[in-house]
Amino acid sequence: MRPARLSLRDVLRVGASGLRARPARVILSALGIAIGIATMIAVIGISSSSREQLLRQLDKLGTNMLTVSAGNTVFGEPAKLPRTAVDMVSRIGPVFSAAATGSAPATVRRTSHIDEAVTGGISVQAATTSLLETLEGTVAKGTWLNDATSRQPAVILGAKAAERLGITRTGVRVWMGGRWFTVIGILRPTPLAPEIERSALVGFPVAEEHLGFDGHPTTIYERSAEEAVEAVRDVLPRTVNPENPNEVDVSRPSDALAARAAAAGAFTSLLLGLGAVALLVGGVGVANTMVISVLERRREIGLRRSLGATRGQIRVQFLSESLLLSALGGVAGAVLGALATVGYAMSRDWPPVVPPWAIGGAVAATLVIGTVAGLYPAMRAARLSPTVALTTT
Amino acid sequence: MSIIELRGVTKTYNGTVHALRGVDLTVDSGELLAIIGPSGSGKSTMLQIIGTLDRPTSGSVRIAGHDVLGLSDRRLSALRARHLGFVFQQFHLSPGVSALDNVADGMLYTGTPLRVRRERAAAALDRVGLGHRLGHRPNQMSGGEQQRVAVARAVVGDPPLLLADEPTGNLDSAAGAEVLKIIKELSEAGTTIAIITHDSEIAEWCPRQVRVRDGLVLP
Repeated sequence: MRPARLSLRDVLRVGASGLRARPARVILSALGIAIGIATMIAVIGISSSSREQLLRQLDKLGTNMLTVSAGNTVFGEPAKLPRTAVDMVSRIGPVFSAAATGSAPATVRRTSHIDEAVTGGISVQAATTSLLETLEGTVAKGTWLNDATSRQPAVILGAKAAERLGITRTGVRVWMGGRWFTVIGILRPTPLAPEIERSALVGFPVAEEHLGFDGHPTTIYERSAEEAVEAVRDVLPRTVNPENPNEVDVSRPSDALAARAAAAGAFTSLLLGLGAVALLVGGVGVANTMVISVLERRREIGLRRSLGATRGQIRVQFLSESLLLSALGGVAGAVLGALATVGYAMSRDWPPVVPPWAIGGAVAATLVIGTVAGLYPAMRAARLSPTVALTTT
Repeated sequence: MSIIELRGVTKTYNGTVHALRGVDLTVDSGELLAIIGPSGSGKSTMLQIIGTLDRPTSGSVRIAGHDVLGLSDRRLSALRARHLGFVFQQFHLSPGVSALDNVADGMLYTGTPLRVRRERAAAALDRVGLGHRLGHRPNQMSGGEQQRVAVARAVVGDPPLLLADEPTGNLDSAAGAEVLKIIKELSEAGTTIAIITHDSEIAEWCPRQVRVRDGLVLP
């Protein structure tokens, strides 16, 4: 005669019946697991959301821009880029847009009465007309430079520069290099070129004429086809300065953003450890609840044995009860953690991201905890002799 | 055909306490008997051994044709599930579970689907006169009703042998008579029933009495 197997449905029914009888205790011991899981999901979720935000920004800005700047000569003196550098860069095959800026030895002030030393950190730069297109920037007010205004005392302010000068509209005049320049445009922020945000930009010809600019570009910006960026990077020094390619620095501004994204994606191990400790404590709570449950239910165990339950079936009953208990906590914790992530991301204007692997990991963790916590109580329950259980009053 | 066969059964606890000292007992299918004796006589130990909840120290036990000593714990469990029904003095019903599901759990370990278990449970409750209280919980019922639910749980799987340990011990006489009436009906329907009691009135009520004293069956 062989004992009949319990169907999965019956196993779950029997496991749940033990929990239904003591709801308050179930909630309290599931809470421990829930807090642990919620912490871990929230830590992973929030760092993933922050990473996603940076990646999206990176996507929008593009990673195909390179900047070339004048480095130092072998004697440690500041080097200069040749005047023809921009044209040379434009001729590289995959490059579809190139522009240059050059520092002019002048300052920008609201009036001539302000001390020349008070620059507010704003630099005066000559810019080629193609700069805005290459940066993929836009003007917040007014217009960008064209060939005509490049020859006129007209100036475009970067976002920060306008803020620092207190200028919110075009048509205002500013004092540069001993004469008045008219503000004809204000730029929106340019995250890939923060130095432009802090600049007052004029045309090359007017800078050479009135601001003592020598005509040598200091920085060259270029955009090329995405897949050719590395190749372009390799040929840039030689193209820009064929005589002294070592006096040229090439950098990729998007690299900084990418590094920030990578750092944001690496979650704080301290917080994650805290979640793991909470989870461990929760697991101990579940084990404790199960041990007490076995002690209290000796009569029920005896009854079930008299009804024909095998030791294995008693073991499975208490294991499934423990699994259900911690799964309950796990589900509640996953929901809480996801809500915390969404709430935090919303408040920061980030796209909320809860990686599926985190949810999967949480489920796996609760199953492992439920099994480990339930194993010892279940063995104890199964070892009870049916008669001892029945004679206990 | 005998359904219970004890031969020279002894049971010693901790090597010193001799609960049974060589019991012979044969019960034929369909009998209704009382096992009577004062407390400490060994009648409860006898019930545990007949009910395969415990094994004897020596001697042979055959229940429903199966040699208990040769069976593993798993197989003994299966034997209990299909051939034995128990009624306890303290009812042992699950609190917070309806009468119907309490009774249906009597067949939980027989491999019967839930739907069938519930149908049979409803029929069994009808048989003990509680067909109108299927959804009631134990705490909503009187002691007599609770014991009738326990009897229904014991017989829901139609076991050939029913063991009742002081079934009326916790009941007033009216409720006790009600339970005994149901036991009588089950006996008339062909179930073999052994009642363990110290109440001589109940013992006299049974067609056969087995008197136990100091671990021995009195002739």
